[in-house]
Parts: sequence; structure tokens; C-alpha cells
Amino acid sequence: MKLGLVVDLDTCVGCHGCATACKQWNTSGTIGPLSDKDPYGKDPNGAWLNRIRTYEVGDTPNSKTVHMPMSCMHCEEAACVTVCPTGASYKRAEDGIVLVDQDKCMGCNLCAWACPYGARELDPAEGTMKKCTLCVDRIYDEKLPEDERQPACVLTCPTKSRVFGDFDDPNSQVSQLVRERGGKQLMPELGYNPVNTYLPPRNKPAVEVYKVTSIKQGVKAWVNKMISR
Amino acid sequence: MHPAFSVLVFTVLSGAGYGLILLMVLGHLIGLGELQDRNLLLSGGVLSLLLISIGLLASTLHLANPKNAWRAFSRFKTSWLSREAVFAILFYPFVILYLAGIWFMGAELSVIFAAAGMISAVLALVTLFCTSMIYASLKTIRQWNSALTPVNYLVLGIMSGSLLLLAVQSIVTGSVSAQLQQSAIALLVLGAAVKVIYFFWIGKPSGSTIKTATGFTQASVRLLDQGHSSNGFLNNEFGYTVAANKLLRIRLLMLAVAFVLPLLLLLTANSLLLLAAALITLAGLLAERWLFFAEARHVVRLFHGDQTV
Repeated sequence: MKLGLVVDLDTCVGCHGCATACKQWNTSGTIGPLSDKDPYGKDPNGAWLNRIRTYEVGDTPNSKTVHMPMSCMHCEEAACVTVCPTGASYKRAEDGIVLVDQDKCMGCNLCAWACPYGARELDPAEGTMKKCTLCVDRIYDEKLPEDERQPACVLTCPTKSRVFGDFDDPNSQVSQLVRERGGKQLMPELGYNPVNTYLPPRNKPAVEVYKVTSIKQGVKAWVNKMISR
Repeated sequence: MHPAFSVLVFTVLSGAGYGLILLMVLGHLIGLGELQDRNLLLSGGVLSLLLISIGLLASTLHLANPKNAWRAFSRFKTSWLSREAVFAILFYPFVILYLAGIWFMGAELSVIFAAAGMISAVLALVTLFCTSMIYASLKTIRQWNSALTPVNYLVLGIMSGSLLLLAVQSIVTGSVSAQLQQSAIALLVLGAAVKVIYFFWIGKPSGSTIKTATGFTQASVRLLDQGHSSNGFLNNEFGYTVAANKLLRIRLLMLAVAFVLPLLLLLTANSLLLLAAALITLAGLLAERWLFFAEARHVVRLFHGDQTV
């Protein structure tokens, strides 16, 4: 199995719901707590496993605002695991999920340096590295109804922009979406082979720019066209 | 990259310590006349052990959860940091055996103690190399992901070690060894050359851009919103930015303090000034290590709005 997420950049509205649901679930999950430092103060800081950034792509009027949620890509070539000196970081052979054993981490930050996607954040109170677990404590929980055995971010997304599934199965919803919509990996040139895939926005014509068509404007335009300067 | 002071102290001091012991053991065992002196070898050995130990202790200060530091020996097969830790600890019994031999026998060592010295010299070199590979192995930071990084660490470590060795030699024996002086001058010139080559090389941006980072390779991409109202871990760790003109000034100052000034002091052949040269080089190398971090640009910066890194 190769578990991961597909994120649809066409429909994501940047509501930060996935990040909030992630924080809520994981602060009391297997790697919890996800601590904050000075949360209500002037300069709040804290460990989040999911960050949403907003970009302007293209030039106006053919530009588009794209919201890009990013969490751990559960890379196939996970350099964060290779560089870890304590063995705290590991990639599960059975489903490819990359995890940090909180009892072994010494907080040296080297895995965060090795990660090109900014997926790892040091917990300011615990001093250990925190990262997306793909809600490993949800997706295998047989006490939950079957349709709820999904990561918290996927369940909460109001626009269904996030899809969870097995990329090794060619007939899974994620594999089909990647095929049909031309899914992209981020920074493929570094060779980490990230599992999470992003669906680019669909091509839609830019909003038409209307021209003023009053009689006065029309005459002025005709005169300007007739008399060369 | 945010320069953590404990890491700067660690790499500079332990680098100098490993360089010192490496050169001293080699010079002693190949029979360099000026180094066949019990007091000199003991002072050099103790100084090197002191520098290395202070450095290693400083390195644990940047850990956020140091109670698990003992686990760092467990991933020798994959992690350069783990290899560094293993070789750094392995170095101690051999160098202590070598120094014990000198303590009891003087400069004329029996085979076992000479072999221990040789092994500690090799381990010093290997540890220094492992330290450099922690940085050189990171594909996320182009300014580090180069063969120039281990060359820099090795040459600058051995260079600062040679200055310390010359200072110790002149203070303990009261005369300046021409051979050690010449090799220190040659290493200073080599170190400066290696550093200048590095500065030219890192001027070129890496292949990753904000376009490859976001996947929109056929359009311009600009950051509108980072998504948080104050800096988080990623901003603090990777967003460290120093103005280009300030970096240039620090580079020039560093080259003057770490290489040019010590070179002039070396020519005087006065033991106090030689000691000053060694200390000034160490201060210059602290600035050099600070630049090594401050000028390194991690690819995560692309997601935070940098067009190139």
C-alpha cells in the first residue's frame, strides 16, 4: 500500500478547516500534544502539521488565486528518515506512512532541514519533532464507522478538495483523479518522489473585460481610427 | 538558515582540535625533529582534547530534547550525524592511549602506542569529514549540497589546527619551527583559496524555483498570504535573511580576520604573536561558520514567497 492524499487546487477555497481539524485531532492523538507557545499573546507560535499558503498564479487578467494546503507528502525517498540519527523517524513498510517516534526524538532539527516541503515542525514545549501521521490512529480504528476511517483533514474539508487513498491501487479514487486531472508532484526535481499529489486548476477562460459602448465613446473611437496622428 | 551559536562553536572548536591532533600525530610519528618533545606532545594533545570536548558539549546545547541524545549512535548505517557521533566517541580511547604512552615513555613510543596515535589521527579526519557530510548531504540546501563543503571543513579544520600546533610548539620549546611555520602559511593560503572558490560557487541559484515548488511551471507565481499572522518554526529556522551588502562586508571582514591578519602575524615568528594568530583565526572561523549558515537558503523559502533560492 502507498497511502497518501490528493489535493484539488481547483476547488480548495483556503478556509484553513483542514489545518484546524488536524490540530484538534492530533493534539490528543498518538503524537500529541501539539503545543503552542504564547497562543493568545503578541507573537503566537506553535506546531501545526498542515499549513495553507495562498498564491497568485499568472498575470492579471489571466491570473488565479490558488490556495495550497501542505502537509507531509509521505515521500517514497524520505530523506528525513535517512538523516535521522536516533531512529525516531521511520517509514512504515506496509503503507508508506512516515512517522516520528516521540520517545526517541532528540530534537536536533536535521529531519526538518532535510525536508523540502516544510512538513516537520518542532514542538516548542515538548522539544520533539511533530509531523502529519496521515491520522494513523483514525484510518485503522475499527471502532469507527467505515466511512470515518479517514484523516481528519479529509473528513472536514467543506469542498471535498482532499481525497485519501492508496496510490498503489490503479482503480482507487486517488489514482483515477491523478490520471484524469494530470496530478502533479511538488518539486519533483529533488527526487524525493512525494506521494501526495496536487490537481492543477481546470482551464477556464478569464473573466471578460467589458468595453464601454456608449454612442459618444463609439464616435470618439471612430474619429480616432479615421484620423491618424 | 538560522545560525545556532552552539553549532558554530562546536564545528569551529572541534574542527581545530581534530586538525591539531591530526597534524601533531603525523608530524610526531614521521619523525619531525621539532615535535619529538614530551611536554610539547602532551600540551598539544591536551589542548586538542579540550577543544574537541568543549565543542561536543556545545553541540548538545542545540538539541531541544537532549535526554535522548544517547540514541544518536543508533543509525550509523544511514545518518551522517550518527556516524559523526560514533567516530567522535571512538576517537577518545585511542587518543588517550597515545597520550598515556607519551606520558610514560616520552616521544619514543612503542608500536602499540604509535598505532593508537595513528588510529586517533585517522579517526580525527573521519569525524571531521562526517561533520561536513551532515551539511553536504542535504539536497534541500544548494549552498551546502556540494563537494566544496567537506573540502571547506577539512581544510579549515586542519588549517586552524596547524596554527594552534605552531603556537603550542613555539611556547613550549621557545623556538619557532620553520617547517611548521611554512606549513601553517601554506594551509592559510589554501584555506583562503578554498573559501573564495566557495563564495564564487554559491552565487548561482539552484534549479528549484517558486514555480517548481508550486507546480505552476508555465506561469508567474507570487505569494499572497503565508496563512499565519506571526512567524512559525519554518520562518524562524529557514527564513533567516541578512541584507546582501551586509553579507558582503562580513565576508571581507572574515577573510581579513581568518586568513590575512594571521598570515601577517605568522611572519613575525614571535611565540606570543603566533598564539594571537591562532586565536584570531578561530574568531575569524566563527564568522566563517556564521556566514556558512546565514548564506544557506533552504528550498522551503520558495513556499514562503522567494522566487529562487
